[in-house]
Parts: sequence; structure tokens; C-alpha cells
Amino acid sequence: MNPETLDDNFQIPAPERIGQERGSLTRIVQEMVFTVDHKTLGLMYIASGLLFFVVSGLMAAMIRIQLSVPRNHFLDPDVFNRLFTMHGTAMVFLVGMPIIFGFANYLVPLMIGARDMAFPRLNAFGFWVFFFSGLLLYFSYLGAPGLYAAGSAPDVGWFAYSPLTAKAFSRGHSTDYWTLSLLLGGIGSIATSINIIVTALCLRCKGMLLVRMPLFVWMFLVVAFLVIIAMPPLSACQIMLILDRYCGAHFFDTQAGGSAVLWQHFFWIFGHPEVYILILPGFAVASEVIPVFSRKPIFGYPVMVAASVMIGFISLGVWAHHMFTVGMTSIGNTFFAISTLLVAIPTGIKIFNWIGTMYGGKLRFELPMLFCLGFLFQFLIAGLTGVMLAIAPFDWQLSDSYFVVAHFHYVLIGGLLYTIFAGLYYWYPKALGKMPDFKLGLWHFILFTAGFHLTFFPQHLSGFLGMPRRIYTYDAGRGWDLWNLISSIGVIFQAVGILFFVFNLIYSYVKGKKAGDDPWDAWSLEWSTTSPPPAYNFETIPEVRSRRPLWDLKHPDDPDWKYE
Amino acid sequence: MPSTRKVAVISLILTESALFSVFLVAYLFYMGKSLNRPFPSEVLTFPVFATVALLSSSVTIVFSEMALHRGNKGAFHLWWAVTIALGAYFLWFTGTEWHHLIFTDRLTLATNVFGTTFYSLVGLHASHVIIGLFLLTLILVLSLLGKFPADHTEHIEMISWYWHFVDAIWIIVVTVVYIISVRY
Amino acid sequence: MRPVADMFRPLSRPAEMIHSSSLLVLAITAGIFVVVSALLVFVVWKFRRKGPEDDLREPPQIYGSTHIELAWTVVPILITVVLILVTSRTIGEIQNRVMPENAVQIRLVGHQWWWEIHYEKEGIVTANELHVPLSRRDGTGERPTELILESADVIHSFWVPQLAGKTDLIPNRKNRTWIEPFVTGTFFGNCAEYCGTQHANMLLRVIVEEPEDYEKWVRKMRQPAAVPHADLAAQGHKAFFANSCINCHMVDGTVAAGVFGPSLTKLMTRQTIGAGVAPLTPETLRAWVRDPQKLKTGCLMPDMKLPDSEVDSITAYLLTLK
Repeated sequence: MNPETLDDNFQIPAPERIGQERGSLTRIVQEMVFTVDHKTLGLMYIASGLLFFVVSGLMAAMIRIQLSVPRNHFLDPDVFNRLFTMHGTAMVFLVGMPIIFGFANYLVPLMIGARDMAFPRLNAFGFWVFFFSGLLLYFSYLGAPGLYAAGSAPDVGWFAYSPLTAKAFSRGHSTDYWTLSLLLGGIGSIATSINIIVTALCLRCKGMLLVRMPLFVWMFLVVAFLVIIAMPPLSACQIMLILDRYCGAHFFDTQAGGSAVLWQHFFWIFGHPEVYILILPGFAVASEVIPVFSRKPIFGYPVMVAASVMIGFISLGVWAHHMFTVGMTSIGNTFFAISTLLVAIPTGIKIFNWIGTMYGGKLRFELPMLFCLGFLFQFLIAGLTGVMLAIAPFDWQLSDSYFVVAHFHYVLIGGLLYTIFAGLYYWYPKALGKMPDFKLGLWHFILFTAGFHLTFFPQHLSGFLGMPRRIYTYDAGRGWDLWNLISSIGVIFQAVGILFFVFNLIYSYVKGKKAGDDPWDAWSLEWSTTSPPPAYNFETIPEVRSRRPLWDLKHPDDPDWKYE
Repeated sequence: MPSTRKVAVISLILTESALFSVFLVAYLFYMGKSLNRPFPSEVLTFPVFATVALLSSSVTIVFSEMALHRGNKGAFHLWWAVTIALGAYFLWFTGTEWHHLIFTDRLTLATNVFGTTFYSLVGLHASHVIIGLFLLTLILVLSLLGKFPADHTEHIEMISWYWHFVDAIWIIVVTVVYIISVRY
Repeated sequence: MRPVADMFRPLSRPAEMIHSSSLLVLAITAGIFVVVSALLVFVVWKFRRKGPEDDLREPPQIYGSTHIELAWTVVPILITVVLILVTSRTIGEIQNRVMPENAVQIRLVGHQWWWEIHYEKEGIVTANELHVPLSRRDGTGERPTELILESADVIHSFWVPQLAGKTDLIPNRKNRTWIEPFVTGTFFGNCAEYCGTQHANMLLRVIVEEPEDYEKWVRKMRQPAAVPHADLAAQGHKAFFANSCINCHMVDGTVAAGVFGPSLTKLMTRQTIGAGVAPLTPETLRAWVRDPQKLKTGCLMPDMKLPDSEVDSITAYLLTLK
């Protein structure tokens, strides 16, 4: 713009804010397709994840209807087997991963005082590759019939053990859709994780030493490192499986001297770190929310960092606790039992640190805090059932039973999903400029919690009573009838709870109270800018002197940097 | 603050190392487990010239970078082109070796677990050489056309790091495949 | 009948070994749960914001406490050490058990979706239901059963909770496990590794008998099958051997020696059909012969499209296999 042509009537354009300029639909779609802005991409990740969550949740509901009574005829075995495969695969790769990357994308640059991620175009690439991989997986319902009309969606379980996935036992293309979808998704995850690492290590604002970084960013740094180390084994698995299925390779071909167990080793070398990749972001949210709603700093920041890094390292060495039943030697079984028990220590300590944060505080039970409290209680249970599973002999009974199903749903729903809810309610005002409705959120919390425990607690019991996983039906009189019925009834409460949640998201956006920059009176940098932030995030890049820069601003007489 | 490009390339190298490790482990795991011939001892000969070529290319790329730092564009282009030529020779050699293995020794991906793990491991490495050569050629062409900004030395350095990584992987692969597994 | 496979009612030595360490683990984890959730409840109640007056001042900003953090690190480490010791001992007890000379040896081969059972020493081939003698706790009466586990196709898993922990059946791999039941009864189990369409109906029964009854069963199983004389059964006998039945099934003591499907030797001594998909009665047997896909859709026995007369006669023949 040539200054000489400016006249007095020239209006300086207002900063762009999401939703402020009522663009046409084409404009909005165009912006979404071409955007490289971390905030827009972050919201797109989360929205896609929630969409897949609803679809996958409906699949789970169908599973529970089939299992509500013995010898039910609601679903054929093939349909059932596809449903649990798709449910598991989608929940891990199309719900868990995108939502955590969505959180990272939106918040990491804001929390470190940066204007965007280090590689915005790579960021967009990562999103679209993930999104396409999700469409590809679901396209299998249409596109997989193959030569023997033996296809449709994959039905090999979300971890697809060989040789069930060999061409001989999985005809048609269903397994291939699974393989390709995950291969693509993995590329997207690695791209996004490299972005997170570079952003966190290189784009921090002045004064933000690594030891002053919010715990949220620390945990995502650990997550990103885990992804770039642990995803390649999964990619390698997929490449090997494709070679086996189409080029006559013998990676997992037991007829040629190959090993069926090799898949399990490679898969779980990915798979176990993967579950830490999923849960650490939950810890990240809890470590931001709990202090703010306790009105105290996180208790023991250095140990929280050290514990997270330790979890990252140890989690790379526990994978064969998923394989206690394959017939490893007693030395192998003992080693992995020990390493698994070791990883429980830094994980458990974090619970104490969060409680320690709450101790002596002034707890406010807003929606984010309610869900974090649910998380603490449920993750405690999940962690303890995990300890039980680490005990190899106990695992020889519990492995592949409903006890394991109960355990990981307590981790992923009771732990991760609750912190996702907490995080969504917490940063909703920042991203969308409106406060989420408390009453609707309370209904969400109560109904969903009741439903969650109704569904998953009894599954511990049916596991104790010998009910294996992945069975489309069961005989009456095995002691499983009552627990399965209760479990299925819980789905109704969860579903209604989710309806309240979705309605809240939409209703609050339309009718909600306007949120200011800092509705929760918090202390990290994202609360120093407007709600929603402008495209460039901050008017001026901040400079910090402590871990809680906004506390220092609000309490100039008693700043954190005096004590750190 | 560290350079974004450096951290990105280091992360890329870490992730690629993890990928190669899995194929290496598969190769080591299946050593000696083929149920039928051909076996490594029968068909593998240490690729002396190819190895020398590839490892030398790591030296020539350093020469090239040093020339660039001195401002000697001509030498930079020359050594860079030599690097590409050495890499291309490596690929050509691999191609002839594979041709011999497939058509004369009758070893394919589907022959036995040795074939499966050999071609996948060496092939994974070769694919990275191809990508590297593509990047190197792109740089050479852009630079010769004068489209390469003078201050993009860090980009050159990052590509050379990738190239050194590819060479380092080759050292490991050639040791495992052509030195260790030829006893089987 | 013990259809309720409660792992907390172990009736066999390896299951008991698992049980005792499990109880300790449960006690420890329950204790941790009670302490930590009590703490959580206490904190939530005691430090709740009581009203607007609580907003006037922020509470004391405590950043941490080395002593407290040390304490809550050391205690979990100590608990972990105890758990590690218990775990290694139990693993060793179970995996390193030396089988005595008189141990029964059974080889199980997993198939999609049935169990092939070989008593090598006794020369018996059967399917889906094992018979084993019970063991007595004193020296001379100790008689465990060793199970060699293999698979003909994909990965399966042997799991009869009251008798032992589970062990997988993996192709191209020989796994070993053992049971040592102390009481008689029919113990129920399931395949515990997803193996395809009918994984849910790959059920297993272990019938534990007094030693004398077990020996009787072994002798009975080794008797050759009698050629039936009754009209319908005789016709069925002819049809069975003329049709492709014998390509897949074996009947000990006849020329039928197929190995793709379950052995039909002494079929009528079994309690269920189709590896547990239904109880074995003349009606369910007839329904199976008519069209197995109706009872166990996706199973590898196709609808043989037999005319009704052959369905009746073959069923009548099979009913004589006792």
C-alpha cells in the first residue's frame, strides 16, 4: 500500500477473527481447504476427531446391543467382527490421534508465545493426510468386496495379528484398506510430531527457557518424540504386510519358516508407546486445568517433567506385556513384567502431584475441573488394573478377556476422554469467544459418568469369570449374562450424555455468554490474547520471566520468578 | 534458540533410523531361518566398488559445501555433481547386482525369508538413495539456473546431513548383510 | 458341570498358583485404591471453594516439597519391589515345572474353529473335548497333564480359567502348558485369541475324571467303531463312506482318515456339537448334517446339499458312533 494514496477515509482493516466476519459458505470452505493457520487446523483436527468419535461410538452401541443378551441375533458374526475392528481402529487413529494433535496444534504456539507452528504448510499436509486416511478406512465398507466378494470393512481386530491377515485367511481387500489407511495416517502423525518438536524447541518467546515451558508443552514434546520413534515400527508392519499379501514375501508366513509372533513384537513396539502417546496429552490438559481451578501452581513441576520423560523412555521397553501368553521364556516374561511395573511408578506419582496441587487450594468445580476430577478417580482405577495386568501370571488369566477391555476403556475413556472434555470446555472460550453452558455440561458429566461406569465396571467381573474378548455371542449360564446386560444399559446414559455435550458445543456458540480474554483467571500465555486470538496470535510477542507469566502480571508484588 | 531446519532434519533422521531398525531386526531375526536356497553365503559378494562410491560421496559432498563457503560456485557445482554421479553409480551397481540375483541366482522377495528380508532392507535403503539423488539433482539444477539464493547455505547443509545419514545406514546394512549374514 | 469359569475358584495347581499371587496383588491394589481415593475425596471436600469470600485472596502458592515427593516415590518403589518378587516366583513356579514320568501328554492343534486333540501315547484322536485324570495332592497320586499346543492356521489360545492361565496356539511354534486338576467335573473354556468369524464358538470342555474312569474312557476310545446293522444306520454308513465325508473326517478303525475336519471317533460321547455351538442331541446333529452353516455360519464345513433321505441315514449312522 502506497502511503501517498491513503486518505482520511481509509479504514485500517480489522484483525481477522474466526466467525467475526460472516463469510459465505464458499469462503469458509475455501479457507478451511487452503489454511495453514495452526488454530484453524487445530479446530479442524478436533472437529474431524469428534465426528469419527460419534460414528465409532455408534458402532460400539451396536456391539453392546448384540451382547446385551446371550445368543442374540441382532448382528451376524461377520458384521460384529467388522464393527469391533473398525471401532478400535477408528477410536485410536481417527479419534484419539487427531484430537490430541488438534490440541497441540491450537495451543502449543500460543502457549510459547509464537505466531504459528514452525512449518505451517507441513501442518496442513499432516491434517489432510490424516483426513484422507480416515475416509479411506471407512470407504472399505463400499470398496472392499474384491474377487471373492469376501471383503467389506476390515474384520481382523484393531491390531490385526498375523497370520489372520494373510491372503489365505483374509480374502478380498478389507485388510488392505486397514493397512493403507494406517500407513497414511502414520505419515501424517510423524509430520505433525516433527512440527511440534521443532516448534517447542525453536520458537519459544524470549525468556521462556525449557524449564519455564508450560507442562502442557513438555508433555506434547515427549509425545512427539514417542511418535517419531514408535510410529515407524507400525509403518514397517504395514509395508511388510503389503509385501506379504501382494508380492509373495514371507515376513509372517509360517509355511516358509516365518514367525507369526514377529508381527506381534513389531506391532506392540509401536502399540505400547502409542497408548502413552494417547494418554500423555490427557496428563497435559490435567496439568493445566487442575492448577487453575485449585488456584495454586502445579505441585512439583520439575518432577512432573522428569516423570513424563521417564515414562517416554520406559514405555519403549514394555511392549511384550501384550504377549505374555505367546509362550516366551520365563526370563522374557519376568523382564517385561518388571519393566511394566517400573513404568507404573512415574505414572502413579503424577496422580499424587495433581492431588498435591489441589491440597491447600480453593477448588472451583467448573466444568473443566469436574471432568479432571473424574479423570483422577478413573485413571487411578485404570492404573491399578494395569498393575494387575503387569503381573504376568495374573495376566495369563486376564489377557484377552473382558478385564483388559475394561482396563483400557478406563484408561482411554475414563482417562483420556475425560481430559479431552475438560480441555474442550476449558479452551472453548478461548477458541470460540463464548462460555460453555454450565448446566448442559453438568448433565453431560453426570449422565456420561453414570453410563461409563455402568458399562465398563462390570466388564472387570465378566473378565474374572472367563469371558474372552471379541466374541459376537455367548451361552447363557456362564455367569456373564447380568454383567453384559448392565454393560449394555450403560450405553444409553453415555449416548444421552454425549447428546448434551454436542448440543452444548453448538448452543454455547450461538447463545453463550461472551467470554473475555481470560474467563478462568488463568496464568499461561494463551490467556493474554483475545478470545478468539487474531490470526497473528499476539499483538506483540511476549517476554516471560517465570512459568506463570500471567500470574506475574496480575501479582506484581508477588511474582513467581522470585520463588522459582 | 536452535535452528528450526536443523532440529527438523535431526527429527527426520531419528524417525528414519527407527524405520530402518525394524527392517534390520527382521533381517537379523531371519538369518539362518530360510527353509530353501539360495542362502546368503551362496549368492552374496561384498559390493566393494559400490560401497567405496557411496562412502566417497559423503566426502565429496563435504568438499562441495566447503567450496560453497569459500564462495567458489564452480567448485561447489563440480563436487556436487561428482556426489550425484557417485550416488548414481551406487544405484546402477545395486541394479546390476539385483538383476544377477533375480535372473541367475533365482532369488526374489518370494523365494525364502532371506529374499524377503534382503530385498526389503536393501530396497528401503536404495529408495532413500533415490530420494537423496532427486534432492541433490534438484539443488544442482536450481543452482545452475541461478535460482538458488546465496544465503540458503543451511538448506544445502541439511540436504548433506540427509545424505550422510543415508551413507551411515549403508555402513550398517553392508556390515549386517555382506559381512555377518554371509556365514549363513 | 462347571460352566462358570471363575478364575477365583481355581481347581488345578497352576490356576491355584496364579490365584494366590493374584490375591496378594488385589489386596495391594485395593489398598492403594482406598488410600488414594480417600485422599482425593478428602481434598475435594476440605479445600472446596466455600463462597465469594474465598475469591478475595489466592491460597498459599506452594510449588512442591522435596520430602513429600521423596516419600511418595519411595513407597511405590517398595511396593513395586514386592510385586516383582511375587511375580518372578510365580512365573518360575509355573513355567519351570518338571513334568513327572506319568504325566498325561496331549497335543492340541488349533483350527478355525475347533480343537484337534491327540493322545499320542494312547493313540487317540478326538476333538473339542479333553478327558484327563484328576491328580491327587500327595506324592504317588500326582498326575498332571501336559499340553502341547500347535496350530494349523491362525493364532488361537487355550483358556480354561479354573484349570490354568491361557497359552496361545501359534502356527510353526510348539507351546507347552500344563494343568493338574484336583476335582472331577466338566470345565468350560473358550478360545481366547480372535481367530476369525466363529471365534466365539470355538469352545472347549475339559472333563476331569477319577483315574479309573479316565482309563475306562481311554479303553473305550480305542475300541474300533462297530459297523451298524440297523437299516437306516447301515444306509447311512454306506452314504458316509461313498460321499466326500471321509475326505475331511476320520473315524478311528475305518478307512475314513480325513484330517481337515474334526475326528468323528466316538462322536456321541461328546457333550456338544460344532465345538460348543449347541449341545449334541439327535436333533442338533441332524440339523448340522443338513446344513452346518445354519448352526455355525462361516464355518469351514460347507452345506453338503444332501437329499433328506441321506441326511436322515447319515445322522442315524453317526448316532451309532458311541
